[in-house]
Amino acid sequence: MTMMWWGVIGTSTAAFGLKYLGHAIPHRYLEHPAIQKTNMLIPISLLSALVAVQTFAEKSRLVLDHRAVGLAVAAISLKFRAPFPVVVILAALSSALVYHFS
Amino acid sequence: MPNFGLVRQNAVVSATPKSTIRDSLSISITVGAYGIAFGAASVAAGFSILQTCLLSLLTFSGASQFALVGVMGSGGSALSGIATAALLGFRNGLYGLRMSPLLKPSGLKRFLAAHITIDESTGVALSQEDLGEDAMRSGFWFTGLGVFLFWNLFTFAGALGAQSMGNPAAWGLDAAVPAAFLGLVWPRLTSLSDRILSVSAMFLALALTPFVPVGLPIIATAFLALAIGLRRP
Repeated sequence: MTMMWWGVIGTSTAAFGLKYLGHAIPHRYLEHPAIQKTNMLIPISLLSALVAVQTFAEKSRLVLDHRAVGLAVAAISLKFRAPFPVVVILAALSSALVYHFS
Repeated sequence: MPNFGLVRQNAVVSATPKSTIRDSLSISITVGAYGIAFGAASVAAGFSILQTCLLSLLTFSGASQFALVGVMGSGGSALSGIATAALLGFRNGLYGLRMSPLLKPSGLKRFLAAHITIDESTGVALSQEDLGEDAMRSGFWFTGLGVFLFWNLFTFAGALGAQSMGNPAAWGLDAAVPAAFLGLVWPRLTSLSDRILSVSAMFLALALTPFVPVGLPIIATAFLALAIGLRRP
């Protein structure tokens, strides 16, 4: 079995397990304010880290390439409140353009 | 996409349960359409069409799915991909805590309710609070099942499209993935401290990148969130 299959099975199991746990365990458990607050913050730090690494890293090397242009365009379109699909398409287009002409 | 955080802006509290259904459907189609981006990103990251569709069917949590294909697509291990995805899926568990006293599902229905407990279904349910518990329940089920249907259809479409494209960089797909992550995190940055956390996480992840295996720099930033969240107020 390939790595990819482990990823699919592991992620699906973890995702469903966490969802089911929420429905199954007694209420008011985990409702501590610190846990609620951390729960809001974890997606921010993980998603931000993913943005940075997916743009500026090639395996374990830091690089500056066409993807940075795509990210800049994405940030600008988000600033102007563009809807999600538009953001992604504009980022892809600008990155592809730089890729072809550099 | 599931767990996109858009619901609070889109769901309008309105006078009749008919409007509950309308809210649910419009969110289902809009959010589900983002499945195209996931399908394309997943195939570009090296997952097969079957694996991509199974992820949307079985994981059904947008941010977690994007995280897995992002980490593994850039050479990270399955374990670090799964760990990142699981950390992002944790909040669905907290939504479940909020939803289960409302839904009181039992048996098979509980499995189904758990599977569709995501940002959007929870958000619409909570937005119907003024209309009573029946409207809240309808909002949850219609939105959860609706997003599930469209998210999976569009994932398949995106995966098929990406497979016919060839080199991901030539089509900008390698930039589409970080753009998607940016789109996911953007609506969450509501305060100055959120923005500081976001920028700090970016720098920490990049600073660690040359020194630790791929995938770990991302997980490491969860400690930033823990340090801030668990601090005494």
